[in-house]
Amino acid sequence: MNVNKLVESLNLKVISGEKGLENEICGGYVSDLLSDVMGNAEAGQAWITLQLHKNIMAIASLKELACIIVVKGLEPNSETIEQSNLEGIPILGTKSETFEIAGRLYELLQG
Amino acid sequence: MNCYKADLHIHTVLSPCGDLEMSPANIIAKSKEQGLQIIGITDHNSTLHCRLAKKLGAKEGIFVLCGAEVTSKEEAHCLCFFENDTELDLFQQWLDEKIAKIPLDEERFGYQLAVNEYEEIIYQPPYLLTSAIDADIDEIYAKVHSLNGLFIPAHVNRPANSLMSQLGFVPPDLKADGLEISKHITKENFLKKNAYLKRFAFIQSSDAHYIHLIGETFCMFYLNEPSFAEISMALANENGRHIKMTPD
Repeated sequence: MNVNKLVESLNLKVISGEKGLENEICGGYVSDLLSDVMGNAEAGQAWITLQLHKNIMAIASLKELACIIVVKGLEPNSETIEQSNLEGIPILGTKSETFEIAGRLYELLQG
Repeated sequence: MNCYKADLHIHTVLSPCGDLEMSPANIIAKSKEQGLQIIGITDHNSTLHCRLAKKLGAKEGIFVLCGAEVTSKEEAHCLCFFENDTELDLFQQWLDEKIAKIPLDEERFGYQLAVNEYEEIIYQPPYLLTSAIDADIDEIYAKVHSLNGLFIPAHVNRPANSLMSQLGFVPPDLKADGLEISKHITKENFLKKNAYLKRFAFIQSSDAHYIHLIGETFCMFYLNEPSFAEISMALANENGRHIKMTPD
């Protein structure tokens, strides 16, 4: 499944990083501690978080993540958006809380 | 240039995790015993004990830096210091507006007591002071600097509540007046792993929550006199003012 399909299936808002909408997704990771994500996320995963600092983009790039899903209707700041566009790693937004969106992502990837 | 022994990160009994013995009067007495000449009073998201500590410190020849250890939106702890009461109060107002108002559960989190110099309780903040405020590290830096203060991310290498735990690494373009590293690492070893941070001034402090820990970790400030302006200069490594982790 690619990011485009994910956006469609989970009704996500594409906030930035449109260049990466074709990125393939092979799994998900949920954490708000960036040190944990850096240590444990794997390439191609969709990362669900509420952190908005631009370091999320550095870590997504380092770990070659497919996209970032920001929860609860939160909006990343302009520097984070800029970095997402630069890296071509999409930031997707949802009004849902982590529990719900992670459950729906899990179901989708299992299906 | 004189050398001053400094411990810039000390909690009082106002912090829920601060031991009941940590009254401003006891902290000043212990600081004197430890030969500290400069201390920072840094309760979680509160400056309420600073003035009393400053007054008591002045009597004993101890310079007290007034501030707080602020919990950012990312839950990274940052030391913030101010020169004057006016700015300290404006910052306190801002903290009061920004902090999440979670009622304090004393059984779980501990007591938050503001006391006077006779150790009588004068106020108990009703909500948990360790909660995050609704401002990220860049916004906190901007606020602190708009009030001519100093912004020093705390124990940046610690595995919890630090820039590195919350944000993975210290942002290379971070705006800060210095970085605090925990007592578990030397500046030398920290910079071996993080050479890109060598532009920063470093401090090491006790982060004392218990009286016996005050001054256990410290650093040395080389200044003409202990003052906010001189300490600012040392953090900026200006005019010969500087900081060392151990005395010469």
